[in-house]
Amino acid sequence: MKFRSLIFANLFRKKLRLVLTIGSFAVALFLFSFLAVVRGAFNRGADIAGADRLVTINRVSIIQPLPLSYRDKILRIPGVKAVTHNNWFGGVYQEEKNFFPQFVIDTENQRQVMSELQVPDDQWQAFLKDREGAIVGARTAQRFGWKIGDRVPIKNVSYGTAATWEFNIDGIYHSDRPGGDETQFWFQWDYFEERVPQSFKGNVGWYVVKLDSPDYAVSVAKAIDDMAGNSSFETKTETESQFAAGWVKQFGNIQFLVVTIGSVVFFTLLLVTGNTMAISVRERINELAILKAIGFNDRAVLFFVLSESLTIALIGGLLGLGLAMLAVPALGNALNGLLPALVLSKAILVAGLGSAVIVGVASGLLPGIGAMRMRVVNALRRV
Amino acid sequence: MVRVDGNGTSQSLIQVRNLGKTYRRGGEDIHVLQELNLDVDKGDFVAFMGPSGSGKTTLLNLLGGLDVPTRGTVTVAGDEITHMSAGKLTAWRARHVGFIFQMYNLIPVLTAFQNVELPLLLTSLSKAERRKHVETALAVVGLGERMNHYPRQLSGGQEQRVAIARAIVADPTFLLCDEPTGDLDRKSADEIMELITRLVREYGKTVLMVTHDPVVARRADITLHLEKGVLVEAREPHSIAAEV
Ligand SMILES: Nc1ncnc2c1ncn2[C@@H]1O[C@H](COP(=O)(O)OP(=O)(O)OP(=O)(O)O)[C@@H](O)[C@H]1O
Ligand SMILES: [Mg+2]
Repeated sequence: MKFRSLIFANLFRKKLRLVLTIGSFAVALFLFSFLAVVRGAFNRGADIAGADRLVTINRVSIIQPLPLSYRDKILRIPGVKAVTHNNWFGGVYQEEKNFFPQFVIDTENQRQVMSELQVPDDQWQAFLKDREGAIVGARTAQRFGWKIGDRVPIKNVSYGTAATWEFNIDGIYHSDRPGGDETQFWFQWDYFEERVPQSFKGNVGWYVVKLDSPDYAVSVAKAIDDMAGNSSFETKTETESQFAAGWVKQFGNIQFLVVTIGSVVFFTLLLVTGNTMAISVRERINELAILKAIGFNDRAVLFFVLSESLTIALIGGLLGLGLAMLAVPALGNALNGLLPALVLSKAILVAGLGSAVIVGVASGLLPGIGAMRMRVVNALRRV
Repeated sequence: MVRVDGNGTSQSLIQVRNLGKTYRRGGEDIHVLQELNLDVDKGDFVAFMGPSGSGKTTLLNLLGGLDVPTRGTVTVAGDEITHMSAGKLTAWRARHVGFIFQMYNLIPVLTAFQNVELPLLLTSLSKAERRKHVETALAVVGLGERMNHYPRQLSGGQEQRVAIARAIVADPTFLLCDEPTGDLDRKSADEIMELITRLVREYGKTVLMVTHDPVVARRADITLHLEKGVLVEAREPHSIAAEV
């Protein structure tokens, strides 16, 4: 392109300004990626939830139990393929800060319902035979350096008198969906039933229902809640993604927070670069007038200004995204499984670069149109 | 043959008829040019003089298609430019006019070569052809050795020579110079005028030039004075200069 040298020469007119403007884009894009990654981590559950799964909890709250007797009733509803149930154990491994979710699972149906969480068959068989056995997600295993065969003490703090329960790591599960939850710790319902005080026996935390097809979601949810209607254990049944979204809301409106901060960041970036472009155009308005006198038309002048701001946006944007690509995995390691996996997805990169391009064009647009409309004779008279 | 009586033939390269320019300022009309006539042939070298504010720059801007008149017409090589659309006028300028201003108006971030190349970017010439033209133009102004220098590395006279090279590189129909030596010392001014005179005599360029300096004006074939909005021929064209 024959105008390249002109555009580049103008870019490097004020090197410090160029560096600072590119820096603003880089910082903004870095921040954007980071926010998007965090948002993604919290929303992951909702995003990758099985469309063909329902979660049934006690209408009052998830911490209220449901009777085990619902299992067979749910199974009889047309459209239901399988049902499994979980309890929240809420135990402590060494210290409170070592949090990870421990689920009591129904070994008969777990693998059929949660089919994306995969355990090698030999490990599963070993687990079934081991009353104190546990299956742990790969991330949590990695976090604490657990290997198969390790014995892990977890303190029961929720059911009856506090006591340490010992578990044997019999297997490690992986999720076959990218970004799937690999932090859970599972152990057997039978073992749980055996050890909890009488008052807790026969109570499950929640049910997970696998459907024949996502089309049954509405009718099955209604049938389950109707079945439990007017009992002392009324239920609330939602799709897994609704459930996950509700779960995230407990941490405050993270979505809102992230979107607000992100918008402020981009708006500030727009002001900063818009101002910079305006100054940059104003200080060479008579050079632009000379170009017009020579015969460059209004469109060419607009093009020069826009390609300048766009180049800055692209360089700064790519720089920020590149830094994020380096930083996010490092941060993920540092967080050590506290959050679900941090994933800098292609969609985030594309959205980030897209936003940078929009800000780049927008910041160049007003000064560019000003330069386009500027009349040569007036600009030259100002010399 | 240069005429200011409006009786030139349609053969004239530049024909100005009844040109008027009125500015409005603070609710008051300022008639800068009124019923101005001018005929210039190819190869003519015309100097415009007149007091500050008499409208010399205004006239050059109208001739160069940078501004539109309030009344009257400007016709160059058969094209009536006064009624062209802005877009067409821009293209016309690129094709027909070479501008040389008082302040050299080079782009400071471009080298001498790149500055001179600018008008050629608007043509369909190949890179190699552009290079040839730029080198020729810079050789004509005697700056063949300074191609890769930036404006700040050149003297005022040299900058102005680069501006002249830029004005002639695309071989325009005529050159418009607004006080080309206004910012230069006598010696540099003489060199610049030597160069512009050579462009007329050796290369047959048509030049219209505004100046305050009678010594500079003496170089031209004819000096026209802008008085009360019209042009008048100096009674004895070069007598003023002779007195200096
Ligand atoms: N855009 C404008 N609006 C109002 N008045 C203007 C405008 N441009 C020029 N004028 C007025 O028109 C008159 C002629 O200006 P012009 O610049 O053509 O004079 P000049 O002969 O070139 O003067 P100088 O020798 O100082 O360069 C001046 O009185 C000037 O103030
Ligand atoms: Mg003037």
